[in-house]
Amino acid sequence: MGLGSKSQLLSKIATNDKHGENSPYFDGWKAYDKDPFHPTKNPQGIIQMGLAENQLCFDLVEEWIRNNPKASICTPEGVNQFRDVAIFQDYHGLPEFRNAVARFMSKIRGGRVTFDPDRILMSGGATGANELIMFCLADPGDAFLVPTPYYPAFNRDLSWRTGIQIIPFHTDSSNNFKITREALEAAYNKAQQENINVKGLIITNPSNPLGCTVDTETLKSLVSFINEKSIHLVCDEIYSATVFSSPSFVSVSEVIQEMECNRDLIHIVYSLSKDMGFPGFRVGIVYSYNDGVVSCGRKMSSFGLVSSQTQHLLAAMLSDEKFMGKYLAESSRRLGKRFNIFTEGVEKVGITCLPSNAGLFCWMNLRSLLKEKTFEGEMQLWRVIINDVKLNVSPGSSFHCVEPGWFRVCFANMDEETVEIALKRIREFVGKETEKPVKVKRWQRNLRLSFSSRRFDETVMSPHGIMSPHSPIPHSPLVKAT
Amino acid sequence: MKMRLLSRKATCNTHGQDSSYFLGWQEYEKNPYDEVLNPKGIIQMGLAENQLSFDFLESWLAKNPDVAAFKRDGKSIFPELALFQDYHGLPAFKKALVDFMAEIRGNKVTFDPNHIVLTAGATSANETLMFCLAEPGEAFLLPTPYYPGFDRDLKWRPGVEIVPIQCTSSNNFQITEAALQQAYQEAEKRNLRVKGVLVTNPSNPLGTTMSRNELNLLIDFISDKDMHLISDEIYSGTVFSSPGFVSVMEILNENNSLKDQVWDRVHVVYSLSKDLGLPGFRVGAIYSNNDTVIDAARKMSSFGVVSSQTQYLLSAMLSDKKFTRNYITQNQKRLKRRQRMLISGLQKAGISCLESNAGLFCWVDMRHLLQSNTFEAEMELWKKIVYDVRLNISPGSSCHCTEPGWFRVCFANMSEQTLELAMKRLKAFVVELTANGCSQSRTEFSSWNSKRKSLPKWVFRLSSRDREQEEP
Repeated sequence: MGLGSKSQLLSKIATNDKHGENSPYFDGWKAYDKDPFHPTKNPQGIIQMGLAENQLCFDLVEEWIRNNPKASICTPEGVNQFRDVAIFQDYHGLPEFRNAVARFMSKIRGGRVTFDPDRILMSGGATGANELIMFCLADPGDAFLVPTPYYPAFNRDLSWRTGIQIIPFHTDSSNNFKITREALEAAYNKAQQENINVKGLIITNPSNPLGCTVDTETLKSLVSFINEKSIHLVCDEIYSATVFSSPSFVSVSEVIQEMECNRDLIHIVYSLSKDMGFPGFRVGIVYSYNDGVVSCGRKMSSFGLVSSQTQHLLAAMLSDEKFMGKYLAESSRRLGKRFNIFTEGVEKVGITCLPSNAGLFCWMNLRSLLKEKTFEGEMQLWRVIINDVKLNVSPGSSFHCVEPGWFRVCFANMDEETVEIALKRIREFVGKETEKPVKVKRWQRNLRLSFSSRRFDETVMSPHGIMSPHSPIPHSPLVKAT
Repeated sequence: MKMRLLSRKATCNTHGQDSSYFLGWQEYEKNPYDEVLNPKGIIQMGLAENQLSFDFLESWLAKNPDVAAFKRDGKSIFPELALFQDYHGLPAFKKALVDFMAEIRGNKVTFDPNHIVLTAGATSANETLMFCLAEPGEAFLLPTPYYPGFDRDLKWRPGVEIVPIQCTSSNNFQITEAALQQAYQEAEKRNLRVKGVLVTNPSNPLGTTMSRNELNLLIDFISDKDMHLISDEIYSGTVFSSPGFVSVMEILNENNSLKDQVWDRVHVVYSLSKDLGLPGFRVGAIYSNNDTVIDAARKMSSFGVVSSQTQYLLSAMLSDKKFTRNYITQNQKRLKRRQRMLISGLQKAGISCLESNAGLFCWVDMRHLLQSNTFEAEMELWKKIVYDVRLNISPGSSCHCTEPGWFRVCFANMSEQTLELAMKRLKAFVVELTANGCSQSRTEFSSWNSKRKSLPKWVFRLSSRDREQEEP
């Protein structure tokens, strides 16, 4: 009963491709890694616009940390807590952490809903949270419906180790990529006919990659659908505090307050990676209205607990109501400003983006630049954008979009000067492509380009930074494909 | 057909939390000892935590203020850290960690930082290895007694079966060739395909290091059967007396021909939860020479990456070689002293334990106190110890021991005074038990019950909810 051939040495999961990291889309990352932009050292390099990171408000957080030494267990002011925190491995999490997260989530929702700290489960980032909730809700072979376009790593998070099938159903530009009941029903019915056991629906609200919040009517429609079919609804709300203009964010937690619904079917995934810009701290949250899920999920969180050191720091920060209020307002304002600068900048050359009000990116319409209106055409254009325009953006096909020509372009992971350079490159490229003089759009807001002090921190500009300047280890593309 | 709402994993018992092991903790939670506020409460001796050496860590922190302020060379690196989510891990941290691991092994082994994968604790490391090495329904062999959490970590989500390698007190619970073969045949009988062997070295719950003999036996076995060997070495830094610690990696290094055959099938699990006493920080690691395993495990570590804040703190601390050398030595001295205290206290109560040289606990022999040589009698005795003596210790059956009467008793998670008190209580109990037999204990139990009513209400409010502990 030996292992025989080499291929049997490891499990199928370990040797298949379902982690998704061998996808051709990571060519963009690889190209960036080989030739990363730096304002002084490599000004002709590729600008990273494929990374949904929020780098706009670190100054506020740094100031808070300076003023609150007790939040750290390493400072003289906080070290008296060191041992208690260091031994704390209870999977319930530090009570003050759970309380702070519950209050923060409520604050983001304008206080219109309150969260029970006892229903908060920790996980290894939203990555861990999405996997965990799947393990709780579905068996191998079961399926979850997901509207396209969707975050590429869902394939890994929802199905790699869980054995669950993703059934995509489509949205398109005919109605601004809104989820329709028709598309959902059709996908559900088709699965039923094929004897596939659909356990639920997962949506991201606000959406990645669209950058739009889901409207109340659609949410209600989704809730009534899942209720009818007695399947689960998982709402990944990790971008909830990145909303910068109206309409404001409406959470599933609010919607269920106003309608008849079996709450055992409702679950929320949250994280601090986008709203606060802390992906490195691995703070993932599962919030479930289902007691069985809370009980089982809590035990499962053993496999991805948040470091107690981090829980302690964030408990202090998130419960500083005054600071968090100020942070949320300012973050929103800065994101909005950045969004305007960027979208207005590309509008000058006739490029439009999907009207959006949230997220760290825009969903850019480059259909007019395609040589052919196919996915091959999209890939062609994409390679040109990477190699000639020197911008790493994410092609819509990587998000399983059914219409070629859409690209997700991130704008919150760089400083204003770099945005300007990116815009300049886009203008030049489009100018060449369209062989027309660059048109100035009819209306033009007064672009006050504030040249903030040239804080060209290597740390902010390049993920390599000081940590691993010449690391021979290739950086995981998937790590950045968020 | 009404569809089951939750998954099978969500509704089964494979998480193992209904075992007696965890029930003892629940009792502790209801009535926890406190020197001042609850001096008659239950003393926690079921928690393998190392609380003896925090002062070293705290004084290091006092001398290294930059780390606390997220600074390097006076400059803030907060944004960089906050953004760093690369599952390859902080290079400086991995380097410091492998150096620390080498130091613990007397530098007889060196580790390549490119072959280490960081995980959210050893809990996650062991589960991840299962996902990488076995299909659901396949099996791993584990020597008994073993850490109860393995039932959850190996079986629950990866669906791997555990087939025990029965070890007995006849040879101090060492692994024998016969036991290995018997386990293998048992698996065959059950139609289970065995993918490997998982051992803990030093052992939990035995507190002993594995002999070279056992290690060679294991390597021969996995070589012959074409399977994996996982060596969970999370207690490697807690070895306080001879014979010293021999890692499976050391054996491999010594024997080149053997090494060629099995080098890609031997994997080490590590963690800072026991050696440094930092279970809350969730720092685990998988080390393997097998590139495919490392590659797969690294991708899976996405589900449980170590917080960059914690990696940064520990990279600074562990890179301070003067500090780590001193810490390792002093920590071991303190553990040794504490173990001696426990042993001597037990001796005074006429209780002996397995001779041990490592770990945060002793494997205590209470067979002579059993009413009969059965697990029912072990449970009876355990209940008396929890409720009457008011000590939470772990019964051997929860560790899948084949012989009734053995208990794991921890010594590093309390003050010296508390340990002394525990030993006093135990002695008193044994004296009464052996003098008066059963009936006395029943009286004690009912008198505890009436005392319980006299406890202030806050004691019960303290843990009105489940607060099951994580890793024992």
